[in-house]
Order: sequence, then structure tokens, then C-alpha cells
Amino acid sequence: MASLKDLRNRIASVKATQKITKAMQMVAAAKLRRAQEAAEAARPYSERMATVLANVTRTINPGSDVPALMGGTGKDAVHLLVVCTAERGLCGGFNSQIARLARDHVRHLLAEGKTVKILCVGKKGFDILRRDFSPMIIDRVDLREVKQIGFANADAIAQKVIALFNAGEFDVCTLFYSQFKSVISQIPTAHQLIPLKTEAAAEEDAGTDGAIYEYEPDAGEILGDLIPRNIAVQIFHALLENAAGEMGAKMTAMDNATRNAGDMINRLSITYNRQRQAQITKELIEIISGAEAL
Amino acid sequence: MAESFKFELVSPERLLVSEEVESVIVPGKEGEMTVLARHMPVMTTMRPGLITVKTTDGRTERYVVYGGFVDILPDSCTLLAEFSVHENDLDRADLGRRVQETRDAIPQAESPEHRTKLEEFLHQLVTLENAMIPA
Repeated sequence: MASLKDLRNRIASVKATQKITKAMQMVAAAKLRRAQEAAEAARPYSERMATVLANVTRTINPGSDVPALMGGTGKDAVHLLVVCTAERGLCGGFNSQIARLARDHVRHLLAEGKTVKILCVGKKGFDILRRDFSPMIIDRVDLREVKQIGFANADAIAQKVIALFNAGEFDVCTLFYSQFKSVISQIPTAHQLIPLKTEAAAEEDAGTDGAIYEYEPDAGEILGDLIPRNIAVQIFHALLENAAGEMGAKMTAMDNATRNAGDMINRLSITYNRQRQAQITKELIEIISGAEAL
Repeated sequence: MAESFKFELVSPERLLVSEEVESVIVPGKEGEMTVLARHMPVMTTMRPGLITVKTTDGRTERYVVYGGFVDILPDSCTLLAEFSVHENDLDRADLGRRVQETRDAIPQAESPEHRTKLEEFLHQLVTLENAMIPA
């Protein structure tokens, strides 16, 4: 049985922990708002990009001058997975969810006899995936130092991916990230980057403006310029979603932790009070029985 | 008064400008062009340069871009620029650095095409730099 002093210490330490988790929750809430604003602000660009891309792909005749980045290499043997996770932990199942999706995907691809390469963005995903697939990880990008994710960060990753593609290192590239649905729900998502899938976007745009464009220079050249940028934009989008998701998950996790600490303090306090009462009673009995004996 | 149309300048980070304008001068890849309302649909890439916007209330604003896309429709003009800034906020040191970086990259070009591309880009940057130095 723990002594009164032990109990007092435990309560004090749990209280200190609770203070920390509460502070972390509030920090996460503030950061979440900022991350959400950033994601919101980036939306117009990616939307326009999708429209433009859909327009161009519609006019270009398939098969002739489609850049390799869009059409793919025609093979499907080597897959590159770009796994974006957070840099820090303490955000519930956020990182492990993304890693699990990536891991399932890797297993699936391996079962089909394909070669898999992994590019990790963020420390946590690297830590998790390293356990099982360490020889497949070809590179990792560290964003630890980055406070606010800028387009330059995404562009650097995109350049890396494109360079690998041009060197013939892989045929298919898939991006893994967590979609920010709401504060309490983030959905790990896989999104194919190369070859590009545009059918869905082209479909919904077809009705809005069927304008026939004049291209300057020609459509093929514009497309050649557009696709690498689109990859950067997609990665940027993923990173922003991830940042918002991470903060959302952290907020929920820290809220839970604070509540658990509160419950624990309650339980400990009850035990403490009971024990104190028992001790007082015991002392009283001793005094009274001592007095009776006289 | 001239007819107006919608002009939008978007960077990956945010929507910079969205307003009704009378004309926009765009530094297209194959030459400058002035966009007015009811322009035919055109899509073009931009070279580094200045965008001059004339708004419906008579203001003239200029923005610096380092390349991007223009999507022109009869009733709207959308600029997708990776980096763009109002001419008053331009960081000249940053521009100088870009010039220097491009200059340094030229001797390392892997192919003649790449080299030509870089030289062209450098030329455009220098033109822009000269245009931006206050007289």
C-alpha cells in the first residue's frame, strides 16, 4: 500500500503532466487555425491548376505528344511511394495511420512481384517504415526546421521526384498523405502522381467551359511545363493537408490526455482521502484504548 | 469607359489579386500582350517580367513575376504564378540572387538545349532587373 506521501507525490506529478498536455492542446489549436488558413489560401491555385490542366489535356491528341511525366513510361514494374508524415509525435494515430496505409500498399505491390522504392517526407514515417522496409527507402526529406511550409519546400521534393523519374528510377509514383476532413477525422489517402490521372477532373469540367483555346507556344510545350508544376502543387497540397491534420490529431490526442489526467487525479485523491481518514481513525482508536486501559 | 473583366493573380500560397480590371499587360513567352475584355481564349506561359494591370477605377498596378501561366477567357484572365509580388514590395537583393544563381548554373548546363534555356532565362531576368532599377 502506497504511503500518504507517495500518493501526494503522484497527484502532484499527474497535475504537472495535465498542465503540459493542456498547454500542448492550446498550442495545437492555435497552430491548427494557421494551418487551416494556409490550406484554405492555397486552394484557388490548385483548383485553377486542375482546370487548366483539364483544358489542355482535352485538346491535346492522346498518344502523340504527351510528355512522359503524364503518360508514364508504359511500364508498371517499379513503384515509388512518397510517404508524407509529421515531424513530431504525440498526435494520436496520425502518423501510424499513414504508415499503415503505405505499408499495406507496399505488401500488396511486393506480392504482385513489383519493385518498391520509398521516399519519406517527415521523420515519423521514416521511423515507422524503417523497421520493415529499410532497404527500400531511397531518400528522406526532413522538414523539421521548417516553421511554415512554403511552396519552395514542396517544389524541392517535386524536383527530386522528377529527377528520379527522368533517371528511369521508377515507373509509377504514388503520394501518401492524410486528408484533413475535420479536427477529429483525418483520412490517410493514396494519390497517384505519375502517370497523371486526369479523367475525373476533365469529366466535371467538360460542362463549364468548352472554350477552344489558342496555345502559345503549342499545347505540348505548355503541358511539358505544366505537369512538373502540377506535381509540385499536388505535393504542396498534401503537405498542407498533413500540417492541418497533424495539428487536428494532436489537439484531439492532447484533449484526451488532459481528460485522462483529470480522471486519474480524481481517483488518486479519493484513495488519498480514504487513507488519511483511515489513519486518523486508527490513531483515535489507539488514543481511546490507551485512555481506557488506565 | 472600357468594358471590364475579372482578373485573378494566384500564387501557390494564396490568392493575391482578384478584381475587375480594364486591361492587363502580360509578359507572354512569345512577346508581351495586352488583354482586354472579350479576348479570345488563350493559354500561354509567362517569362519573368512585369504585369501591368489597369483597374476599373483608374489605378495602374504593376506586379513582378518569375514565370507562370496565363489562362485567358473572354470574361476573365487568370494568372498562375509561382512567385509574384507587387512592384513596391520587390526584394531587389532576391532578384539579384536569382540572376547570380542562373549565371552560375550556365557553365554546368548538361545539354546545349538546357544551356540555351538558362541563357534565355538569364537574359529575361536581367531585362527585368534593369526595368526595376528606379530611374
